[in-house]
Amino acid sequence: MPWVEGVLAVFLKDWRSEFRTRYALNAALLFAVTTLVVVSFAIGAFGISGDLLAAFLWVVILFSSMAGLGQVFIKEVESRTFTALRLVARPSEVWAGKFFFNLVLLLGLEVIIIPLFFILLNPRVSDWGGFLAILILGSIGLAGATTLIAAIIAQAKGKGALLAGLSYPILIPLLAAATSGTRHLFRGDGSAGQETQILAAYAVVVITAAFLLFEFVWSE
Amino acid sequence: MLWQLLLFVWMSLVIVAGFLYAPLAEKLYEMTRIIYFHIPAAWVAVLAFLVSTVFSIRYLATRAWGDDARAAISAELGLLFAVLATASGAIFAKAMWGAYWNWDPRETSIFLLLLIYGAYLTLRSAVEGEDKRARLAAVYNILAFVTVPFLVFVVPRLYFSLHPDPLLNAQARLEMHPRMLQVFLASLAGFTMLYFWIFDLSWKVARLKRKQEEAP
Repeated sequence: MPWVEGVLAVFLKDWRSEFRTRYALNAALLFAVTTLVVVSFAIGAFGISGDLLAAFLWVVILFSSMAGLGQVFIKEVESRTFTALRLVARPSEVWAGKFFFNLVLLLGLEVIIIPLFFILLNPRVSDWGGFLAILILGSIGLAGATTLIAAIIAQAKGKGALLAGLSYPILIPLLAAATSGTRHLFRGDGSAGQETQILAAYAVVVITAAFLLFEFVWSE
Repeated sequence: MLWQLLLFVWMSLVIVAGFLYAPLAEKLYEMTRIIYFHIPAAWVAVLAFLVSTVFSIRYLATRAWGDDARAAISAELGLLFAVLATASGAIFAKAMWGAYWNWDPRETSIFLLLLIYGAYLTLRSAVEGEDKRARLAAVYNILAFVTVPFLVFVVPRLYFSLHPDPLLNAQARLEMHPRMLQVFLASLAGFTMLYFWIFDLSWKVARLKRKQEEAP
């Protein structure tokens, strides 16, 4: 089977099994919506500045991704399909398939929480193209790092808590660049060009490293 | 035994020289002396991370338990020195800038290094089975290592720093006196030797433990 078809097969398998239960999406979405509403409610009628909104947006994205993105590998262990998948697909196909699945999941999550964020907290954006670029590049880096770490923690004890603990140290450069760029756009001073470049570089580095390293996580 | 004694004398001399021989830097006053202890500790924390990553890469190539053991030893030592650097830095920050913690870029980097070491060692304790533990820990270590350049080069560009940069910065605000430089370099060498000595001791202990476990 050619590589692309293998990747697609893994992706579609996860897609189908996710939409039978919608577990990962529901967990992440519930978390994101609850957090947004609770914070918006707590702020009440007082607006908060663009600086804080930028940080808040990325914290919500980061935390909701922790609630959902780990499932791709945890579910393989829980349903005892880990070994079967190892037999039928090459490591790079598994990684790429799971990565695209996580990326689609994350972008789907953002399609719902970003409009909600704008409705509830009403930030002003000076450059929509720049904002979308940061959002998409940030999501690619986030999904890339989290997918590899999810494969690691699926084989460890105490999975849920470990995913966040292991991911944050690696995601902090991404978080720093993404919040800094978003802050510029929400405040309307300067462009986020530098941050966009950093996020692109981060995504390339993390995905390359994950491709090279995944085989060691996956095969015994 | 001889060079342990030598190291003891060397480090004692560095401490004495830091207080009596080296002059004070302008604007830093008595706080100058932190240069001789804080920076070498931070340097060793970074060096230990590098050594740990090199052994992690070697482990994935050789699959020898010793490479994994040495990666872990170096990470534990790195954690220790990172704590020392963070604590001494926080005291300096309180005296110099009025607060123990300011999220200065370098504070962020060392804090992140602490987090990475902590996560690495936590992961090791959460995996059962020697081979699996070694494999997963090595992968995590390497992944963490490739993101470090982002911290060192990128985060400082995004945030304003108050940190005095006597050696690394080209347009240094603080000029180092020749005597200060002598003591600083001597301390750097001393700390590095100290690290390799403890590393060697731990590695010996690990080998002996292994031997004892394997013996009937």
